[in-house]
Amino acid sequence: MKHYEVEILDAKTREKLCFLDKVEPQATIAEIKNLFTKTHPQWYPARQSLRLDPKGKSLKDEDVLQKLPVGTTATLYFRDLGAQISWVTVFLTEYAGPLFIYLLFYFRVPFIYGHKYDFTSSRHTVVHLACICHSFHYIKRLLETLFVHRFSHGTMPLRNIFKNCTYYWGFAAWMAYYINHPLYTPPTYGAQQVKLALAIFVICQLGNFSIHMALRDLRPAGSKTRKIPYPTKNPFTWLFLLVSCPNYTYEVGSWIGFAIMTQCLPVALFSLVGFTQMTIWAKGKHRSYLKEFRDYPPLRMPIIPFLL
Amino acid sequence: MGRLTEAAAAGGGASAARSAGPPPAPLPLSSTSPGCAAAMASSEEDGTNGGASEASEEREAVGKRRRLGLLATIWLTFYNIAMTAGWLVLAIAMVRFYMEKGTHKGLYKSIQKTLKFFQTFALLEIVHCLIGIVPTSVLVAGVQVSSRIFMVWLVTHSIKPIQNEESVVLFLVAWTVTEITRYSFYTFSLLDHLPYFIKWARYNFFIILYPVGVAGELLTIYAALPYVKKTGMFSIRLPNKYNVSFDYYYFLLITMASYIPCEYVSVSTLM
Repeated sequence: MKHYEVEILDAKTREKLCFLDKVEPQATIAEIKNLFTKTHPQWYPARQSLRLDPKGKSLKDEDVLQKLPVGTTATLYFRDLGAQISWVTVFLTEYAGPLFIYLLFYFRVPFIYGHKYDFTSSRHTVVHLACICHSFHYIKRLLETLFVHRFSHGTMPLRNIFKNCTYYWGFAAWMAYYINHPLYTPPTYGAQQVKLALAIFVICQLGNFSIHMALRDLRPAGSKTRKIPYPTKNPFTWLFLLVSCPNYTYEVGSWIGFAIMTQCLPVALFSLVGFTQMTIWAKGKHRSYLKEFRDYPPLRMPIIPFLL
Repeated sequence: MGRLTEAAAAGGGASAARSAGPPPAPLPLSSTSPGCAAAMASSEEDGTNGGASEASEEREAVGKRRRLGLLATIWLTFYNIAMTAGWLVLAIAMVRFYMEKGTHKGLYKSIQKTLKFFQTFALLEIVHCLIGIVPTSVLVAGVQVSSRIFMVWLVTHSIKPIQNEESVVLFLVAWTVTEITRYSFYTFSLLDHLPYFIKWARYNFFIILYPVGVAGELLTIYAALPYVKKTGMFSIRLPNKYNVSFDYYYFLLITMASYIPCEYVSVSTLM
């Protein structure tokens, strides 16, 4: 068996960082990353980007050395992706925050509202209902992170956790402040409005969960395969007929429901911002589906049936 | 923004600029920084992640290599000449006023229509970025122009008692010199004939103009605070049926505080 030699150069300075000899032809990029870490322990595999061309795309961990367009002495270029943090850690942190923060406002912990309101309770039913919905939403997200989602990538750049937590925690505090405020005004159309909004919220939560389960079932544990998602027996998944990312559709729907329920402008703004971000993601996902699968259903739109 | 990237310039001198490395980061339009723009919590979903920054680099490079059409070049040249002229008119009007009256009192009132016209017209620069005829990101341009619009319409125009403050003249002077330099730089670049002085001015004047402009703006906002607090202008109080509140006074305080980190970000992208 012919062995390969691998030299790793810095993509920016072209400095020779590492030379590996006697590398198996079947070695994967992941294995090469592990070997590289031995000589440069500060660059753990998750923060390594190895490519064939200094300005090219990163090679995947699963790529096999033998199958790459290289000679028996392969030259790989290295780029430091910066400190990385695991997706699970980020998700848990960014979701636990709003759960906890909202409750601080709900229980009217001191120093938020005037002292005479400390630990008092709202007299509006909708305020209690909103707390249940909001808390349920984030508990659901935490549980899904722990037990449902299968992540393609293990890590993301460390700075993301600061950005993401600022966003989630900031908006949670802003919304919670008004909904739990002593001067909160309940919805104009009263119980009717709240009931309708609650129905929308519950349906969309169930829908979102159904999609997450369907996506999980598409991919066996530990694999990174990608398949086209299709509707299943669960009626909530039938939205797949019209949309590539129904999980986002349902998520926007949940927040619209919550906004109608609380009749709170900050909630509406949060929904709008979230919708904008999810639309960007959905369009990206839709585009990669189209690129990867020739037979991708043509009726589907990224996030809103027929429209967007 | 009428700026044409060196790499995309239709003329010959472009290649030299291209080999000099990445084009310079856009200089600030106003004293407040583009860098502080809302950082969307983009927890990238599956498919893009750590490589996201690389991908956007690649997209940027491709965008810069796109050649500018004839219509776009004509429009941008016209736009930049018009803006240079506008700010020149403003500068001359300010000098004449001071020479005739000997005081800065009443100066804002005399030039306000011209200022509002040309500064508001600069909103077009966001469109230029949107349609891609200028390589700056929409977000950066948006924040830069917005901060100017904020200063002109939401502070100086709306809070009449502070219009005769010295600090107003301070930022007006800084803005005028900055804009004349900037727009003439773009004009000459588009015509592919950039005098060394203009290029030098563009990259060196800001060292003085930036702090002067920031000082003028901050002092003006500071002077406006008592009036805002007293009148409760632009503010919404609880209770109301949309369950939201907004206090313009605190908003101004936060804006003032944000000048420091924003300045740091934008200056660090220039050095």
